[in-house]
Amino acid sequence: MNTSHKTKLGLLALSAALMIWAHYMVFVYVPTEAVMGIVQRIFYVMVPVAWLAMFSTFVLFIASIAYLKTRKSSWDAVAYSAAEIGLLFTTLAIVVGMLWAKPIWGVWWTWEPRLTTTLVLWLILLACLMVRKVANDPSRGSIFAAVVGIVAFIDVPIIGMSTTLWRGIHPGGIIFEGGLAPPMLQTLLVSLAAFTVLYVLMMVLRVTVKNNEITIEKLKTLR
Amino acid sequence: MWQPECFKRDMIGQLRAVQVLKLGKSKAGLVHSTYGFNCMKFLSKAMAITWKDVLSEARSKETIPSVLIFAVLVIVIFNFAFGAGPEQMKLIVPGILWTTFVFAGMLSLNRTFVQEKEQGCLEALIICPIKRHDIYICKTLGNFIFLTVIEAISLPVFVVLFNLPLSVLPMLIVITIMATIGFIAIGTLFSALSVNTKAREMVLPILFLPVVVPVILSAVEASKLVLAGGSWSSIASWLQIIAAFDVIFLVVSYLIFEYVIEE
Repeated sequence: MNTSHKTKLGLLALSAALMIWAHYMVFVYVPTEAVMGIVQRIFYVMVPVAWLAMFSTFVLFIASIAYLKTRKSSWDAVAYSAAEIGLLFTTLAIVVGMLWAKPIWGVWWTWEPRLTTTLVLWLILLACLMVRKVANDPSRGSIFAAVVGIVAFIDVPIIGMSTTLWRGIHPGGIIFEGGLAPPMLQTLLVSLAAFTVLYVLMMVLRVTVKNNEITIEKLKTLR
Repeated sequence: MWQPECFKRDMIGQLRAVQVLKLGKSKAGLVHSTYGFNCMKFLSKAMAITWKDVLSEARSKETIPSVLIFAVLVIVIFNFAFGAGPEQMKLIVPGILWTTFVFAGMLSLNRTFVQEKEQGCLEALIICPIKRHDIYICKTLGNFIFLTVIEAISLPVFVVLFNLPLSVLPMLIVITIMATIGFIAIGTLFSALSVNTKAREMVLPILFLPVVVPVILSAVEASKLVLAGGSWSSIASWLQIIAAFDVIFLVVSYLIFEYVIEE
């Protein structure tokens, strides 16, 4: 998966343009929410970031299965990148969520089902990256990381269902039940698109770097 | 008495597999085909591995007694650590119970593949004419038996030490057995994984604990309801969640186990 330089530049331009548009919509276009006030604008960053945390775990899941089946190092590179970027977005989702929770709930953190299950995802992704380092040899590490990557995906539907399964204070399903005003929904969709393109760009870059790392390792062993 | 015979037969199977290794790969297919596949044979072979674990534990008494002492110690330490009155204790007890079982389970899971690895038995198991994921079933069953024995002894101790009414026992037992299946299902997979890493005892908890959080959470909530005098119907929804995780963990681990133990 070696993407050409042109594609990368194109993705960069698209990502930058969408980001500027999304920020314009978040700060200028969208009306301020009635109850929560200006703080609610964090919503347009938190939802895309949390979505990418889960989507990245899904990519990790697919790449892990593909690696176990085919044993191609390119799939391992995708799995590694997805775990790493997924961890980044999970961290962002938790931190951004905290910034929103403090003014609204009065606490940075509460042991609420959706928050807890997201923290669990963060820990599993961390374990997925860590298990590579502790394996007896690198190829073993890749296989173990793939196994943990598959197990990590079990948590994603749990995060999705956590608001209905355990009934915490975190709202769930507002977006899908049509509880958003049209301008808010538009802003959210633009923001989602902007962050998703950014994610694709990050993945492409990280996978390229990882593939290069693998090539260098191979060359080192040849010597 | 079918088990000892089975055990013997299994040992012969392993010996033959070793011989085949010496002769070269080409003849390996021969041995496999002479074994053929039918259900009874699979069952006896599978049970042989579980029986081997039970037998070696019965003779060495390595895992169960030490884990049992550990479980009681955890209960005692928690009792001192919280030092609360009987009323507050009722709220904390489910947490103590499940922390104890999770720690005890982890200790016993750590041992399962370490023994195999130390004695070089894992290689023998792998070349044994049996499918890899069937090894998973056997080891899971063995672990389940061990942990159930540990829980069967520590649960009454728990009930006595914390002055719980005896009427809660049936419900607690059901919750415990169901949650144990979930622990063991994913724990056996990670135990096989962690035995091939540099820091065995460190890796298992890091992988195992986050994944079983939903099961622990549901078990604690269900136990809380039981201790508050809840009925079967009040804990049914929690039991459903635990059962769902049991199935998910079993299926996922069964499917990916073979990749963990390959040499």
